Amino acid sequence: MRAISAIARRELAAYFGSPTAYVLIGVFLVLSGYFFYSDVALFVTFGAQVLSTGLWRFVFVDYRLVTLLVLPLVTMRLFAEERKLGTIELLWTLPVKDHQLILGKFLAAWIFFAVIVLLAMIPFAVFWVFFPFDLGPPIAGFTGLVLLGTAFIACGIAASTLTENQVVAAMLTYGVLVFFWFMTWNEAVGDESVIRYLLLLSLFDHYYNFASGSIQTVDVAYFLVFAAFFLFIALRSLQSRSWRGVV
Amino acid sequence: MEITAEHLRKTFGSTVAVHDVSFEIARGEVVGFLGPNGAGKSTTLRMLTGVFPPSSGRAVIAGRDVAREPLAARRALGYLPERAASYGEMPVEKYLRFIADMKGIPARDVTAAVREAMGATALEHVSHRLIGNLSKGYRQRVGIAQALIGSPPVLILDEPTSGLDPEQVTDIRGLVQGLGSERTVILSTHVLPEVEAICSRVIIMNRGRILAVDSPSSLEEHLRPHREIAVEVAGARDDVLRVLHAIDGVSGVAADAALPGAPTITYVVRCVHHRDVRREVAAAVAAAGFGLVELKPVVMTLEEIFLALTSRDRLGDEKAVTPPSPQVERVVASH
Repeated sequence: MRAISAIARRELAAYFGSPTAYVLIGVFLVLSGYFFYSDVALFVTFGAQVLSTGLWRFVFVDYRLVTLLVLPLVTMRLFAEERKLGTIELLWTLPVKDHQLILGKFLAAWIFFAVIVLLAMIPFAVFWVFFPFDLGPPIAGFTGLVLLGTAFIACGIAASTLTENQVVAAMLTYGVLVFFWFMTWNEAVGDESVIRYLLLLSLFDHYYNFASGSIQTVDVAYFLVFAAFFLFIALRSLQSRSWRGVV
Repeated sequence: MEITAEHLRKTFGSTVAVHDVSFEIARGEVVGFLGPNGAGKSTTLRMLTGVFPPSSGRAVIAGRDVAREPLAARRALGYLPERAASYGEMPVEKYLRFIADMKGIPARDVTAAVREAMGATALEHVSHRLIGNLSKGYRQRVGIAQALIGSPPVLILDEPTSGLDPEQVTDIRGLVQGLGSERTVILSTHVLPEVEAICSRVIIMNRGRILAVDSPSSLEEHLRPHREIAVEVAGARDDVLRVLHAIDGVSGVAADAALPGAPTITYVVRCVHHRDVRREVAAAVAAAGFGLVELKPVVMTLEEIFLALTSRDRLGDEKAVTPPSPQVERVVASH
């Protein structure tokens, strides 16, 4: 436990000690703020009646894109940088297990994302001051966003263990995540029976329920299993040094 | 035994990085670990430090099997990796606290442990500076301080002086020498004088195997069946040769190719077995009326020992091969 928190604290200090963190947070807030503004404008212009499907759904679907853009850039350095610097070798000789290394780094990225999510709630708070609304649907939406982010972070960490090149790690994360998004887009040519199973695996199809204000157990389970799977990949990838050597 | 390697072998796919490496190091010893690049040194050290397990064989640190009780073995170990890598964006003290936390030092002892490690490596006055802004020598000290945290009984230092300027080298060497008095140290290096200065024994590796485990002096004795003496004499070359040849216990004399008209010539006198004939040589040269300028034993440098062993290994010849004849000039220069 102590090692996990030591790693997480070190990573957070590294994040917030460098300009990258502020650029990433800034970009996220500008983009998500603009999406929020334009979605509200759309809602007002077209006189939609139901907030949860007329506004929040659009906002959270847009937030998803910003999260997809930003999180792989947050996770890419976690192991790739240690490999590049050679510090990974030192970590491997400390009395710490591989899964503790992974969990510590995961925790750091997760807290970083939590900070972003908290800041992204500001437009909601401002909106609420002028127009008190039912908090249920946005809470579901943010729950979905956090779970989505958890899945992205796990995937990004797995990619980061594979290479010492941060750009490669980020691109690999984008590739995997976008694939899990696009894989249901061949409905027109795909067979009905296949599409049904692909939908079960699709990352964003599980997110739409949250965005529309409903929390379903199956969706929660999906994101947690997705995250656990990629953390396991990360663990196996770290352990592969016993036959790959220290590359 | 503080460090034991038993038939360590490591393969990556079809490549055999380390064939069959066994050695034992007793508590308090400082042992040099030598070998050309690609000899398998780093792979062996990584098996000892638990970076990865051996394909077969066993590594034991302070009584703990590295593969079976990895955390206990690692707790007994301080390691300076080859690149002495650390996080450039961290201040020295924060970094050392991080390492102390990772090593599981009890929270109330962290400050004392960090202070002690900084004291041993003279880092107190830079404790708040970023590691990335320090000179290479200081960064190396940070690496050593990190290894010292928690006072592990075993230290493994991978090339602690590589890439440093001469002053820093002396500095770090002194530091390592001081560590040896109470700890067991393995020092991997390319720099042979370093080993001669610090280590009681050397382990020489080449092509994934151990060529020799011995003290520098007995390695020399083993490789060189005869004792040799260098004598610098002012006098007619042929006369001097005749006088030297006539001494009892001398089996051969070779004159160094001197510049024409040089006032003195250096002769290498080979003795029968290990008899020391320095006194007889001095007496004979003086009695014959020549000027005796210098007289000293020819010592094989570790570099020559190393070359002799590795070239013998390359030839695949197990019989003793005469080491390359040391140039007298180099011997004189190195002592």
